[in-house]
Amino acid sequence: MVKKLKVVHMERCIGCLSCMITCSREVHDCFSTSKSAILVKTQGGEEGNFVVVKCRACSDPPCAEVCPEDALKPREGGGVVLIAEKCNGCGQCVDGCIVGAITMDEESAKPIICIHCGHCVKFCPHGVLGLEETKVY
Amino acid sequence: MLKRVLNIDLTNETYKIEEMENLFTLFLGGIGTGIRLLERNCPESTDSNSENAPIIFCIGTLEGLFPCCSKTAAVFKSPLTGNLGESYAGGKLGLAMRFADYGAIVIKGKAKRSTYISIHNEDVKFHNATTLKGLSTYATARVLREVEKRKGIQSIVTIGPAGERLIRYANVNVDTYRHFGRLGLGAVFGSKNLKAITISGNQSYEIDDKKTYKTVYRAIYDILINTPIMQKYHDLGTSVNILPLNELRCLPTRNLQTSSFEGADKISGELFASEYLTKKIACGQCPIGCIHIATIRIPFGSEHEYESMKVPYDYEPLFSLGTMLGISSPEEVMRLIEIVDGKGLDAMSTGVILAWATEAYEHGLISAKETMGIPLYWGKGDNYRKIIENLVNGSNEFYKILSTGVLKASGIFGGHDYALELGRNEIAGYHCGYATILGQLYGGRHSHLDNGGYALDQKLHSNPMEPEKIVETLILEEQGRCVFNSLVACLFARGMYTDKIISDALEVAGIKRTPEELAELGELIYTERFKFKIREGFDLDNLKIPKRFYETESFNGMLNEKNMEKLAEIYRERIKGLL
Repeated sequence: MVKKLKVVHMERCIGCLSCMITCSREVHDCFSTSKSAILVKTQGGEEGNFVVVKCRACSDPPCAEVCPEDALKPREGGGVVLIAEKCNGCGQCVDGCIVGAITMDEESAKPIICIHCGHCVKFCPHGVLGLEETKVY
Repeated sequence: MLKRVLNIDLTNETYKIEEMENLFTLFLGGIGTGIRLLERNCPESTDSNSENAPIIFCIGTLEGLFPCCSKTAAVFKSPLTGNLGESYAGGKLGLAMRFADYGAIVIKGKAKRSTYISIHNEDVKFHNATTLKGLSTYATARVLREVEKRKGIQSIVTIGPAGERLIRYANVNVDTYRHFGRLGLGAVFGSKNLKAITISGNQSYEIDDKKTYKTVYRAIYDILINTPIMQKYHDLGTSVNILPLNELRCLPTRNLQTSSFEGADKISGELFASEYLTKKIACGQCPIGCIHIATIRIPFGSEHEYESMKVPYDYEPLFSLGTMLGISSPEEVMRLIEIVDGKGLDAMSTGVILAWATEAYEHGLISAKETMGIPLYWGKGDNYRKIIENLVNGSNEFYKILSTGVLKASGIFGGHDYALELGRNEIAGYHCGYATILGQLYGGRHSHLDNGGYALDQKLHSNPMEPEKIVETLILEEQGRCVFNSLVACLFARGMYTDKIISDALEVAGIKRTPEELAELGELIYTERFKFKIREGFDLDNLKIPKRFYETESFNGMLNEKNMEKLAEIYRERIKGLL
């Protein structure tokens, strides 16, 4: 069964950024917080709340719709798979995602796309993140 | 992996990036590299508030690479002690420096007007900050967060009115809830007209041995999350200490006239957790989340109107602004923490100074004439708030004197026997015995965290040691912490980062060090710190211990001057032998 990354308890986030550093380390093989498909940010700074920005695994992904090269292939269960050879680095997918879950990797000039692998879930100390089976509705 | 030093000249509004890889490889960053940079950048006998005095921020080799390695060392000349200024802050500053690719930032000169610096990767800009003059630390950060929206990890470092007005124990606020608390870095910022720094970066780094990195990271993360080693810090936080220290007669109360507080259960970690705790947050790349935030509401008006405020609380401010002032109302303590944080004062020094002033007021050494009509009584939070306002505003000569620290104030008004400073730094919240006092007196930065003397005293209670052994234990502990403070790991995680784990983690960063080599490095850094102190006038033979320590029962019973002097002499000789 295909799984997708889900924010289960947003309000439990402590802002440690372990998920970001884990996505960079485990998926992108580097030490970074930028090469991460998940982003933790604050609303109103440390006094406000933390927000997780990540791929929502859309059933009809707008990022794929705006891609002029068909480099983002809709994935079974939602979200997209990047076909790197096709990508021309135009960045239209970044603007196409209404939750802002796509950023460009400045070195490779390709978008950073969540693969819903769940590594970040394993390194979230508060169970903010979860991996759930996708449902069709 | 760390190599770049960003040198900023505020006078000419210029900057230069230098590569100094060796300095980081040899000394690991943090205090190790920081003390070297201080020696090079601070000319002998420089006035701490002059253009020549540097502000140095230094991150460590393990910064961000592994959990709990999230602190930044600040190294400077202290306006409070006149010698080594060394302070640590968490928040996201370490990560921001790491991903902006700076191992250290050295700031010199003096801006011609109130200025803030924005740093984003290699882009450094100087901005007019006169609009922000007089704003609290919180409000300054709120403004800059809106103005400086950058990619990557961002940190905002600010001073409040206390720093602008050169109060000698003004602190520097990092990301709203963390601080370079001790020894007056805020005044050094103020003297340079430096109101704030925003720093952000989004660099990435290749790791040579990716497989080992993943394995070591997982091992460390598992210990942190799945063993009870960090439970204390995550659960109730440092305020867990209030009740046990009270029980053990270690809790300085009303200027250490007693060592236990009848109101301790009203301002305990347990009480805050059950009634006021609303949120915990973490420093960058730390899964523990020890920053405890309380929310309090203060009624105003008659129609259920409330001011609400979010206040970070820890053991030390609960001691200094709570028990030391005889305050047993949790709301009153929170309001004091809030004003002290907003003004940008060190909570510990402020509380200890107010406690001295209250006792001096009782003894008639100061009167309502000096305080401008505000009576000083134990437990009266609203009066203390007014005193703090006047202190920061420098309202009259008395308040200006208060802003120079408890040693100088007692030198003028008297009450030196109960002016609770050690090495010119106001004391921390422990009256556990000889090691607590000596550890602060002879620690490089006169902090209880230099060598954990308070923890040693708790062991000595049931397992006494020979005087030589006590001194040796404190010195070895401080040397070990010099390494820890170079990585820069959080001292709360020191039980987890064993020599073996440190060596494994360093290897991922491309640095091979055996535990023996690390111990040698610790000794070297320890010695360098003392050499700098002595160069700047620190006199080991001319330190006094206030009499109050001998008048109030400690965890180890009544202390006596003769035993203390015996230990102190051994300590001084050991330090001299290392220099």
